[in-house]
Amino acid sequence: MADNVKPRVKVPRSASAGESVLLKTLISHPMESGQRKDSDGNPIPRSIINRFTCAFNGENVIDVTLEPAISTNPFIEFEAVVPEAGEFVFTWYDDDGSVYTETKAIEIG
Amino acid sequence: SAFLPMQVNAAADDVIAAFTGGAEVADGGVDLNAPEIAENGNTVPIEVGADGATAIMLIATGNPTPGVATFHFGKLAGAHVAATRIRLAGTQDVVAIAQMADGSFKRASANVKVTIGGCGG
Repeated sequence: MADNVKPRVKVPRSASAGESVLLKTLISHPMESGQRKDSDGNPIPRSIINRFTCAFNGENVIDVTLEPAISTNPFIEFEAVVPEAGEFVFTWYDDDGSVYTETKAIEIG
Repeated sequence: SAFLPMQVNAAADDVIAAFTGGAEVADGGVDLNAPEIAENGNTVPIEVGADGATAIMLIATGNPTPGVATFHFGKLAGAHVAATRIRLAGTQDVVAIAQMADGSFKRASANVKVTIGGCGG
């Protein structure tokens, strides 16, 4: 399992009903590509976050497939429509089977 | 607009064909923002967007494995735009292919000059 994996998200505190808001997400992760070799010339196995999803009140916002070409500490920025007050759930899926989640509430007003 | 043949490697062609199912891909209708010059290929900022897209695939045609990411937009997606940071092994064309709600495909490409390649090895 990758060490010190920590998700971070930036979500506005509030929005108007129906407004589209900008969401920024980042998770600290080495995203080992599988292309590198160690000092002995042995390949370093691939270990990446391979999928990221965001849902709001259970409804899908975005579902992203990530390949090894995504940089270390994968950053994803996108927009979501906020029809009512509720909660965003962000989920990252690791090659090693680990699943990381973060939640953020947003108000209408 | 005129069809411009692209220089892409066979692996990139395969990735594109797997996404499109071999359907025709029209030029235009996709926004792809990438720097003209990236000093560090380990972290190159990229933004893609296409109004009405259900999914957008990002391909680095000159990387050892060309697939980069595929963004699937859900019911609550706002503008169909996404930004991320990617690795580029060297100077190459980055390609974005959008699948539209009607099942058609659209494409944009951008050449990025890379000073220091970002795939290790």
